[in-house]
Amino acid sequence: MSVTTLTLEDVSHILTRASFLESEDPLERAKRLAKRKIALLFYESSTRTRTSFELAAKGLGSDTTLVSSLSSSIEKGETLKDTGLTLRALGAEAIILRHPNSGSPWLLEQETRLPVLNAGDGMHEHPSQALLDLRTMLNHLRPGVTEVGPETLAGVTVTIVGDILHSRVARSNMLLLPRLGARVILCGPPPLLPDVAVETGPGIEVERDFERALEQSTVVMMLRIQAERLAGLQLDLEEYKTAYQLNGERLAKYAPKALVLHPGPIIRGLEITPEVADGPQSLILEQVHHGVAIRMALVERALTQKGGQA
Amino acid sequence: MSTLLIRGGHLIDPAAGVDGLKDVVLKDGRVVEIAGPGKAKLAEGAEVIDATGLTVAPGLVDIHVHLREPGQGHKETIATGTAAAAAGGFTAVAAMPNTTPTNDSPEITRWMQAPERGSSVRVFPIGAATRALKGEVLNDYAALKAAGVVAVTDDGHPILKDNIMREVLAQATRNGLSVIQHAEDTRMTQGASMNAGPTAFRLGLRGMPPEAEYGLVERDIRLVTELVHAGATKAGHQPHLHVAHTSTAQAVAAVRQARRNGLRVTCEVAPHHFLLTEEHVGCYSTHAKMNPPLRSAADRDAMIQGILDGVVDAIATDHAPHAAQEKEVEFERAPNGITGLETALGLSLRWLHHEWKMPLGRVLSLLSAQPAALLNLKGRGTLAVGSFGDVVIFDPKQEWTFQAKDSKSKSKNTPFDGWTMQGKVKCTISEGRVVYRG
Repeated sequence: MSVTTLTLEDVSHILTRASFLESEDPLERAKRLAKRKIALLFYESSTRTRTSFELAAKGLGSDTTLVSSLSSSIEKGETLKDTGLTLRALGAEAIILRHPNSGSPWLLEQETRLPVLNAGDGMHEHPSQALLDLRTMLNHLRPGVTEVGPETLAGVTVTIVGDILHSRVARSNMLLLPRLGARVILCGPPPLLPDVAVETGPGIEVERDFERALEQSTVVMMLRIQAERLAGLQLDLEEYKTAYQLNGERLAKYAPKALVLHPGPIIRGLEITPEVADGPQSLILEQVHHGVAIRMALVERALTQKGGQA
Repeated sequence: MSTLLIRGGHLIDPAAGVDGLKDVVLKDGRVVEIAGPGKAKLAEGAEVIDATGLTVAPGLVDIHVHLREPGQGHKETIATGTAAAAAGGFTAVAAMPNTTPTNDSPEITRWMQAPERGSSVRVFPIGAATRALKGEVLNDYAALKAAGVVAVTDDGHPILKDNIMREVLAQATRNGLSVIQHAEDTRMTQGASMNAGPTAFRLGLRGMPPEAEYGLVERDIRLVTELVHAGATKAGHQPHLHVAHTSTAQAVAAVRQARRNGLRVTCEVAPHHFLLTEEHVGCYSTHAKMNPPLRSAADRDAMIQGILDGVVDAIATDHAPHAAQEKEVEFERAPNGITGLETALGLSLRWLHHEWKMPLGRVLSLLSAQPAALLNLKGRGTLAVGSFGDVVIFDPKQEWTFQAKDSKSKSKNTPFDGWTMQGKVKCTISEGRVVYRG
């Protein structure tokens, strides 16, 4: 439900299982959770997360059902508690939840007593995204490593840029990466990055100047401005682009070797230019690819282990 | 009415300066005699309550409760809310006007006090300062007061417009009523569900900045100052601004300064604000969601300091019952508030008295004499001869565990379920009538 509920041992186990399951024979893999029932409960739209969780669950042989807020009794006013109890009564053994309210996975778990996987809750966390981001980084910076410890990412600086305030991806990454020894720099304008963000945990810094941040970066993680969560906040987008857009020139000048990540969806021409998104330093599609393996490991864990879920 | 003799107890009546073994005699709803131990004459047919080893004190007074009637009986009724009050040792409660409909009128005020409501203890309605709590049109304060209203407020819907608040203060002063303000600049708290700060950021929740509270307290104090300078006190009444449930260090500081400047500005603190911090939100517990929100540890410490050094005038619960289904929802969607009537005494004795060594008499004063004086509730908050026979009898040493499921309130939304309390209420007497036995 949160990366903070996972120990580094848990993270290592998830990474190891992800690699194992990814390379396993698909027919063998499909026996692992054959005919087990998993519900995807999505109160917000999603392309990557929903599809990869679904492919992951199906890849392990389980039956999945998708309930989304626009085509269900949620529209008629059914509460999260009652929706969860209904899914349990229908035989769901785990629920994968995406929800616009922070903390909703705890409510669902408390009311249903089922394992709940957090596929993004409000502005809070998106743990599976942070894990797939980690896998993407390790693949390039520490090839072959799946057992992680407090020093694994020593010397690595990850800069997260843009709308940090509204980003659950940023929160999960800033809470996870420093525990593996990485330094996390947050970069963005004050309305999208309040000073208080540095107090989220150890190993987090704020650098308002994008170019100074880029110079120090091993990894640059760009974020979309979440128009749906701005809540009346007025932003001058031209000014934003001038200060924080990752374009080819900036990347070449200040971070020619950095890995470029973005959790998607990307808004081409706003936070990132097409040349960078499609360029050689971009790992955006590789992130998407790692999503399936990570989520297979998470789904397997939810149905076979007790204890904290992601 | 019968006679009641409370014998052998240790009477603590801070307003009357009594602290010793006394017998208390109640007759026809009033205190008729305070005598040395064993000295009170036993009238024929008098009921005797043996209070040996127990503390006898004026019934507690809570100037901030939500009894939810009229209109929200699924959360609480006046009957259940006052039963909870009696169980908590309270004999007088001031009921907030954010009911359905809001208490804008003498009719609703009288309805709330009617015997048909089945109230265990005395209910003092607080009237809405403006029509439907909209902050636009003032209600008729003279008519409200005549019907029994003891103060006016738009609790929960702070009056933001300077000109309206100025008029509310002026009209209330003219009518000898206190103005209670829930200090929150709602322009700064849109969509927010807890205190602004690192915890809110980490939890991905929008925060209410402390400025939203103290900024409005400072604005209100400025308006009171202007009113005093304009000579409003010549009519005989001094403006009285009472700040409800203060939760920030700066708000308490502003009240402190206003008092130094000679203004009648008072404040109350709720037990949850001197005991809990924003960390108690934990994994999005809706029982830690209230407004004002739980604040930082520094703010919590400032509440304790304010209570200990006397700038805080009263402990008030902000008893805010909500049905289970209303709280079993996403944190951001849950209504604000927790119940408090049955835990206020136990928590105050446990922490203020036992842990932080505040004299018992001062703790009791904050829970009875001082709040009664704030709202000018004559004959309450003391057991001097002639006062109302409102009494709480409790065992000051007995530790006990509060179980929300056993609450007399219709709602069980409390963060104090399972907490250790001190001072078990043995008997509550409202106007000479035993209304609770523990």
